[in-house]
Amino acid sequence: MSLEEKVKDIIVDKLGVSADKIKPDSHFIDDLGADSLDTVELVMAFEEEFNVEIPDEDAQQITTVKSAVEYLSKKMKESE
Amino acid sequence: MGELKDKIVIVTGSTRGIGAEIAREFARREASVIISGRNEEKLASIVAEIKEFGHPVESMKVNISSSEDARKLAEHAIEKFGKIDVLVNNAGITRDNLLMRMNEAEWDEVLATNLKGTFNCIKAVTRQMMKQRYGRIINITSVIGQIGNPGQANYAASKAGIIGLTKSVARELASRNITCNAIAPGFIETDMTAVLDTKVIENLKAQIPLGRLGATADVAKVVCFLATDDASYITGQIINVDGGMVMY
Repeated sequence: MSLEEKVKDIIVDKLGVSADKIKPDSHFIDDLGADSLDTVELVMAFEEEFNVEIPDEDAQQITTVKSAVEYLSKKMKESE
Repeated sequence: MGELKDKIVIVTGSTRGIGAEIAREFARREASVIISGRNEEKLASIVAEIKEFGHPVESMKVNISSSEDARKLAEHAIEKFGKIDVLVNNAGITRDNLLMRMNEAEWDEVLATNLKGTFNCIKAVTRQMMKQRYGRIINITSVIGQIGNPGQANYAASKAGIIGLTKSVARELASRNITCNAIAPGFIETDMTAVLDTKVIENLKAQIPLGRLGATADVAKVVCFLATDDASYITGQIINVDGGMVMY
């Protein structure tokens, strides 16, 4: 499974939205109906799935599907 | 008595006074308790005592004014028991002085332990409780945080702060089935009130409708009630256990 697909799966699971609603530019709060606590939980789920630590400053930049994928792929490369 | 069986409960500042009684009461009701404090000897003796109830007990020496220590305490609980059901933020100190004489260190120490320490511990358990979709946070404030007291500006401010913190946490985490309440004890017979002279005690009693100081058990039983399923619809509340001293 690609990183994008894993991220998508987590979003489906945590936000309870259907997969076809999730586009790269989808904003968690504005487009996918998340509240601020949901976004915290999303980041927690990313941390666990990808085994990385996401500092609070970085977490606040992760607001869309695309930004999550980009951030995580960068983070994964760093830890390799 | 078994409604708290197998619940995992952290009680801070539980080596003596109200905190120790809260830890005992949970153990009596078959919960597993993690006790914490700053004094290693006292921790060891209270662990030995509480083990007599026949349920798992863990302990950890921590200074909760350090976020690092608070984090370690939560990690220890998860490592040993795999979850955290209840956090009781009881740890508190006094550094009494008249405002005119109160120095910055006396102010800072009290705020760091009582208010920041409570924040640190809540923050440390929240991740786990959010994942569980279950949690009970019970903060120990004080009537002093509601009505003030000469010589306790620092303590009163810290305890009033806990009331605001309690209500905010209750609102923030309610959607995840985490409740947060506070208990405001009045004058309870502990080491903290034992230092008061008899004249002060008599004056205090005159302000208490029930006419007597409270016992640590009076507080501990209400804490345990808030941890049961019977209290699942209560959040953001400040419950006074004070013999009627403060009435709203």
